[in-house]
Formats: sequence, structure tokens, C-alpha cells
Amino acid sequence: MTKKSFKRAFRDSLPIMAGYLALGIGYGVLLQSKGYSFWWAILMSVTMFAGSGQYAGVDFMASGASLLTTGFMTLIINCRHFFYGVSLLEKYRGTGAAKPYLIFGLTDETYSITATTVLEDDINPKRYYLFLTALNHSYWITGCVLGAVLGMFLPFSSEGIDFAMTALFIVIMVEQWLSSKEHLPAILGVATTVVCLLVFGAEYFIVPALFLIAAELMLFRKKLDKPESEAPHAD
Amino acid sequence: MQIDVHALLQVLVMAAVIAFTRFLPFLAFPEGRKTPRVITYLGGVLPYAIIGMLVVYCFKGVSVVSYPWGLPELIAGAFVVGMHVWLRNTLISVFGGVAVYMILVQLVF
Repeated sequence: MTKKSFKRAFRDSLPIMAGYLALGIGYGVLLQSKGYSFWWAILMSVTMFAGSGQYAGVDFMASGASLLTTGFMTLIINCRHFFYGVSLLEKYRGTGAAKPYLIFGLTDETYSITATTVLEDDINPKRYYLFLTALNHSYWITGCVLGAVLGMFLPFSSEGIDFAMTALFIVIMVEQWLSSKEHLPAILGVATTVVCLLVFGAEYFIVPALFLIAAELMLFRKKLDKPESEAPHAD
Repeated sequence: MQIDVHALLQVLVMAAVIAFTRFLPFLAFPEGRKTPRVITYLGGVLPYAIIGMLVVYCFKGVSVVSYPWGLPELIAGAFVVGMHVWLRNTLISVFGGVAVYMILVQLVF
């Protein structure tokens, strides 16, 4: 049963392996280009295990942002995890000692699989989730460290590589846009933030934007709240 | 070896905050309790709005009134959108976009 669970988890994790190795390598190269060695790649990929959070984190470290700013921005970027957890409350019930690690490793990609996968009866869900999470974590660490090592020998200038974070967020947005019929939340998010950026300036726009967006979404609840609303698409 | 203590603290803060965002739902709604409707509603719509906000956040340092008027970001951003609508392959879209952007800022502008 354990062997079967591992086989299934490994099979399901293959697309994520490709993605994590590539994104991890990009991340490691970015980290190295800002002057942080592969020790940082190990530390961050082991303890944070978050694509967008780590990409943005390099920016906070390189710019010497305060701990408060760093923590607050990380909270905003990763608050979507909260809603992943909400939709997995049932599935992760009764996973025992593995549960804290499963929750710790709840990335967008792991979520996209555990939230949608249907397991056969001869597969132990608890072991399957644990294998899947640990495999994904190991791909991510491997990618990040590989990138940081490769970054030391890069034969060309890495100026502009920080566009990786922008490109990643754009891809997630396009993916969400194509997989949903309701575009109002995305439009509100962009429009409100642009207005706040112009009004409050690049230093202070995030907090007012966040509160305004939440208020607007509550205002449009009647229109947007449909019982059959689709789950948010993971990146 | 000189250790960057501030960066180390930043990593610890980020790791703690990320873990917090992942653990909170399981702590707030323990096994056997029903999740409030407003939370599931926000869970459905907020991720779309937040990603829109983050895309704008990525462009916050771009000046459209001085050279190169945000053109590298605009061109590379449009490239990413186009590639993704066409092929819907995350890796091609991200790495293609980064390559276009690097060429633009290093060789063109």
C-alpha cells in the first residue's frame, strides 16, 4: 500500500518536478545575482517553500526593507494560502503526525493537486499527501540550489532577471482570467491598485489598495457570490 | 565569512509569516466546525483581485514619463500575456518573458 501510494504521488508530481526545477533554478540565479550564495538558497527553500514569496523576498533583502515591511508584504503576497487551507480542511482531516508538515508545504502547486485529485481505494491518502508534499519540497530545494550554483558561472550579465517575478504573476493572472467567467475581481484588483499607486505613491499604496479591494468585494458580494463559484486557480 | 544579520532576520520573518498563512485556517476552523460563508466567499474572489494587485506592484518602480518610458516592461509583459494565451505553458511564458526583458534592458534600451 505504501509502495502504491508513493508510485501514485510520484506520477502526479512529475509536472511539478519540471516546473519547480526550472522556477527554482531561475530563483537561485536571481539570488546569486543579488550577491546571496547558495547557503541562502538552501535556507530559504527549506524554511519558506514558496515561489512568489521567495522571489519577492530577494527584492526585500536586496533593498534592505525593514522587518515590518518584509513581514507585511509577505503576508499580502501569501494570504491566498489561507483560502487553500480552508478548502482542504476536510481532506487533511485525520492525517495525524504528518499534518503539520502537510500544512507547512501547502504551496500553490501541491494545493492544485491535492484539491482536485481523486484517489483509488488501495491508496492511503495520508501517505500519498505526505509523499507528494515531500517530493515537491525536494524538487524545489534542488532547483533553488542548482540555480544558485549555476549563477556563479553564468557567462552573461544577469541584469533584468528580476523580471521573473513579474512574469510569474502575469502568467498566474492570465491563467485565472482564462479559467474563469467572472473577471470583476481581477479588474477591481488592478484598477484599485493603479489608482492607489497614483494617489498614495510607490511607498504607501499597498495598504489602502488592500483595504479598498476587500471593501469593494464585500460591496459586490450579491453579484459575485454564487454557490457554484469555481475554486481559485492555482499557479 | 560576514553574515548579513538583517537578511537572516528577514528570512526568519518571511518563513514565519508564510507558515502562519498556511496554518491559520486549520487553527481558526478546527476539525468538525463549519466555515463561515463570508470566508468561503472571500476565498473564491480574493485570489483573483490579489494577483491583479501584485501585477501592478511589480510595475511600481517603472517611470512612464522618462526614458525608456516603461517600454521594456510593456513589451516583455505583452509578450508574456501573448505567449501564455497562445501556449498556456507557464515555463515557456516565464522564461521567454525574462529573456525578452533581459535582451531589451541590456542591448536595446
